[in-house]
Amino acid sequence: MTTIDNGVNVQALLDAREVLKGAPEAAQFTWRASSRWQNGVHSTTTIQNFFGLGQEQSHKRETVFTADHPEVFAAEDNGITPIEYLLVGLASCLTAGVASVAQNRGIQLRSVESTVEGDHDIRGILGADSDVRNGFNDIKVTFTIDADASQEDIEALVAQSQKRSAVFDALTNPTNVTVEVA
Amino acid sequence: MLERGEVANSWRHERWDSLRLLTPNWQSRLPGHRYDGPDPDGYMTMGEVIEFIEHFAAVSRSPVRTGTNVTSVRRTDDGYRVTTSHGEIGCRAVAIASGACNQPTVPQFTDAVPASVVQLTPFDYNGPAQLPDGAVLVVGASATGVQLAAELKASGRPVTLSVGEHVRLPRTYRGRDVLWWMDAAGVWDQRHDEVDDLTRARRLPSPQLIGSPERSTLDLNALAAMGVELVGRWAAVRDGRALFSGGLRNVFSLADLKMRRLLDTFDDWARAHGCEAEVDPPERFSSTHVPESARWQIDLRSGEIRAIVWATGFRPDYRWLDVPVVDAKGRLRHEGGVVDSPGLYALGLPVLRRRKSTFIYGVEDDAREVIDHLAGYLAARR
Ligand SMILES: Cc1cc2nc3c(=O)[nH]c(=O)nc-3n(C[C@H](O)[C@H](O)[C@H](O)COP(=O)(O)OP(=O)(O)OC[C@H]3O[C@@H](n4cnc5c(N)ncnc54)[C@H](O)[C@@H]3O)c2cc1C
Repeated sequence: MTTIDNGVNVQALLDAREVLKGAPEAAQFTWRASSRWQNGVHSTTTIQNFFGLGQEQSHKRETVFTADHPEVFAAEDNGITPIEYLLVGLASCLTAGVASVAQNRGIQLRSVESTVEGDHDIRGILGADSDVRNGFNDIKVTFTIDADASQEDIEALVAQSQKRSAVFDALTNPTNVTVEVA
Repeated sequence: MLERGEVANSWRHERWDSLRLLTPNWQSRLPGHRYDGPDPDGYMTMGEVIEFIEHFAAVSRSPVRTGTNVTSVRRTDDGYRVTTSHGEIGCRAVAIASGACNQPTVPQFTDAVPASVVQLTPFDYNGPAQLPDGAVLVVGASATGVQLAAELKASGRPVTLSVGEHVRLPRTYRGRDVLWWMDAAGVWDQRHDEVDDLTRARRLPSPQLIGSPERSTLDLNALAAMGVELVGRWAAVRDGRALFSGGLRNVFSLADLKMRRLLDTFDDWARAHGCEAEVDPPERFSSTHVPESARWQIDLRSGEIRAIVWATGFRPDYRWLDVPVVDAKGRLRHEGGVVDSPGLYALGLPVLRRRKSTFIYGVEDDAREVIDHLAGYLAARR
């Protein structure tokens, strides 16, 4: 049997699944981001700490995300638009899923590329038409995958990756959101 | 044998009028007792099932005490104390064969559905005439959901079907019943200790099949062709609106891929067993057609939807079982029917010992093994 390596430690994930089956408290994670207004529609959001496995955790380093609007929105374009961050989240989550599922199924990947397109009617956010929603109307992800597997097995990888994706779920299903003033 | 109702009680009182078995007549058999009529490939009506089981009870001289409801089973020093509507019974061992589908399962948010919308479960549903005129939302696209959606649509009502993960199957493949292929290829005989992920296998929804005289396929393409509207899995109710998942395409892909893999195993089996000549050539079915744009919300206060039918599954009822062997999710803790309490046994639960465990014909092999264990247990303590 040839060993395949997509760089995913599937054994650790399978072990964690077994342990957490009997310890649901430890499976409760809270992800956090802190944001600060800069000027105009420009803001920066930093992420470093989160909670999980019963205690405070930390990423190796802090990451700073800059968000702004493009010049066609009469803004300075210091960074990408907030809604584009959703595309970043979706693409990276599905890609991670493809790699993990491939590792688990013994499929060697050579390249995984995807493009994500979110169709957005901005009349919603501008209040120009009350029948138009604020968010995306449709999101389309297209994967191009080179791997030691049949077309059908590759399609199955992508399907399973959606089935287990946190961001796919967060975008396709409603989520309770509470926004408060401290 | 204690039975709260009559012989074949679930088939008499917990099924809808038009239902036929989805297992073909040749397969719907009990030990030493099989269909011997003119239509082995047909599917029994409820009346025929009741007659079949009653006949079996008579010829096997099963000692059934009907009208005897078990209200409690407790452990004692040397066995169990069973309380029934006709008094108490002390016994050394108990086999639980009370069924896997005693109650319909419904999601928690049924309370949030406006009172103006009629809600029914398959246990309340007999036929379309019971429902108000107007559109119906059927929730769940497994065997029950697809059958009720088709029947309600044929009654002239607009029908919307909310679809989560499902098992797509053609009724016939290469000229044979799909259940024949699964039987021949050994799928149904696969044992609980051979299945990769037993928890998942036990949770697997029933396949999209109907037993009809035409032997027709009732997958989502067939329903869409009848004019049934497909929407995603019902995720929540917010402000009186039903919100459906936007992940419909992926549940289609998952089901299409799984079906194709299964058909491949049938083809492999036919080749390996040299019976290519006895069956028709391989077939491939078109992918589930994705609607142009599936609705992801319906305002339940608008009056559009007059009734909701919950075809969201069934679960067993163990409220009478006062032995701590039921887990937090309401499932009996057992190993192949040997329950986690000495002298307590179970039959007829999903993949109890084999994939076929919950079929009428599937219990025979399980029963033999479980009763062997039970007999051994009693002999050792004589
Ligand atoms: C809608 C539907 C369609 C199905 N179609 C098919 C099919 O086509 N082919 C097939 O093979 N299988 C089919 N099945 C599965 C079918 O349920 C089983 O094959 C079979 O009926 C299981 O028999 P059982 O005796 O284990 O359970 P049940 O038929 O449920 O019998 C259990 C009995 O226990 C009694 N009982 C329960 N609790 C108590 C108590 N506390 N005290 C006393 N008595 C009690 C009940 O009254 C009932 O009579 C279908 C199931 C459903 C729900």
